[in-house]
Amino acid sequence: MLTGLTLTEARAGLAARKFSARELAQAHLDAIGRLNTQLNAYITVISEQDVLAAADAADARYASGDARLMDGLPVGVKDLFCTKGVKTTAASKILANFVPPYESSVTARLLEAGSVFLGKTNLDEFAMGSANITSAFGSVLNPWKRQGDDSALVPGGSSGGSAAAVAAGLALAATGTDTGGSIRQPAAFCGIVGLKPTYGRCSRWGTIAFASSLDQAGPMTRSVADAGLMLEAMAGFDEKDSTSSNRPVPEFSKAVGKSVKGLRVGIPAEYRAPGMPEEIAKMWEQGIAWLREAGCEVVDVSLPHTKYGLATYYIIAPAECSSNLARYDGIRFGERKDAATLDGIYERTRAEGFGQEVRNRILMGTYVLSAGYYDAYYLKAQKVRTLIKRDFVQAFEQVDVLLTPTAPSAAFAQGENMDDPVQMYLNDIFTVPASMAGVPAMSVPVGLDSRGLPLGLQIIGRHFDEETVLSVGGALEAAAGFAHKPALHAEAGV
Amino acid sequence: MSLDLATTRRIAKLARIGLEDAELETVRQKLDGILGWVDQLSEVDVEGVPPMVGTETEALRQRDDAVTDGNCRDAILSCAPEKSGPFYTVPKVVE
Repeated sequence: MLTGLTLTEARAGLAARKFSARELAQAHLDAIGRLNTQLNAYITVISEQDVLAAADAADARYASGDARLMDGLPVGVKDLFCTKGVKTTAASKILANFVPPYESSVTARLLEAGSVFLGKTNLDEFAMGSANITSAFGSVLNPWKRQGDDSALVPGGSSGGSAAAVAAGLALAATGTDTGGSIRQPAAFCGIVGLKPTYGRCSRWGTIAFASSLDQAGPMTRSVADAGLMLEAMAGFDEKDSTSSNRPVPEFSKAVGKSVKGLRVGIPAEYRAPGMPEEIAKMWEQGIAWLREAGCEVVDVSLPHTKYGLATYYIIAPAECSSNLARYDGIRFGERKDAATLDGIYERTRAEGFGQEVRNRILMGTYVLSAGYYDAYYLKAQKVRTLIKRDFVQAFEQVDVLLTPTAPSAAFAQGENMDDPVQMYLNDIFTVPASMAGVPAMSVPVGLDSRGLPLGLQIIGRHFDEETVLSVGGALEAAAGFAHKPALHAEAGV
Repeated sequence: MSLDLATTRRIAKLARIGLEDAELETVRQKLDGILGWVDQLSEVDVEGVPPMVGTETEALRQRDDAVTDGNCRDAILSCAPEKSGPFYTVPKVVE
């Protein structure tokens, strides 16, 4: 069925005129109509008329023989990317009715490549969270279920709506953003591929900012080749983002299927966290064995500052968040709560417009940046960040990629891990260090745990070497042969 | 170091987030817990280590000081929650 294809398969089917972009788009709109009430993966679904018009334009290009890279491929867009004329909320009350008069650079590139946007996917408010439970528009449901257990599971976060939509057949692929793991962890929880490119690879312009030195957009897809294809469409230099890289964008999809023989794969000792569930450790061992069989050389390496990654992150990210979110003042855009004084407007607008987690992070960031605490917290964290980055640079003198688990557990139930913020933050223990260093990293689904939930492994590469990450990811994908589908899926029980 | 209520109130004021007294105490406890946890960084020796600003993969560019965009006043104002003609409106701030 059309909702079960990869981007690559759909692209080939469209090119061979086996089906039309209109049929493909309609199949997805129907699936969204059937399943979105349950999953809550989309905050906004684009009108049928607009979706089909975009599909018709793609069909016309296929007919005239000038189809583009993503032509006619229906995708979801995380509701953190500004989309011209389409409501963009960041899953916050403060932007509940915000309709941007401009298009983010990443979505502009995707549109230029012919993609058909289906809608805006749900997320943790302002991308702050690891369970997609802080959205002002309700939690997202993970389409996977534990065997014999109907508990509602979280899809991970913050790109939980994107992950759930791709896993359940409500989009062929979706955009995500990753600040400390927000693409990779939900991809692992939902059994899909998620790639966080090198910092600077995709423009941040028009993407609602959380922590600017960490935020990076990337693809969430059903295959490693799809991640390469979609990244190719998303990446590229942008004058409007001062941290955008002007290196040429390789043909990423060609990196998949390349032999990995002779590549050196590092296994960082520090990722063997105490208390790691046996099943995660076993899956990691299995991944190492697969890569060895594919001809890789496995090397033990050390990233000694790994254990400080999370604490460093929870100083730097809130600091940047408090600065970035200062713009929500109730005056120029967004919601406004009236008061007699200007300060009163700010204070009421921000107290009532932001959810609890966002408020706490802003306050935490304000504290670590404030006079008297700046050196002890913020400056200190920036120095530790240097050490974390050095760990990676030194490891990559010995190896080509690193292989680790993506997350310390499979998807957990809504309500678990909710009371203690530090417990929730531990979800990102394996993904945060790569974010701190700015290196590319990808989660690939490799198997199911004993309760039938997907597990992912993470491949981390050198700065701007997404190609090797994709090659190794492709080898892992081929060896794992992950073909499981979640309980809730557009093709199940229709 | 533990976070007290007066500091929490000052931080909320700096961040322009209006919190009731009861909420302030809840926030104080949450932040205090996180601060206690991040204190583990005090054991890291950073003598002589420079702070990392951004991810330092690219040198920051400069561009010509020229107008590259503009003439979109109405589009920008379309996002304003309250406006009057071509202006944002705020309560009177100057007596």
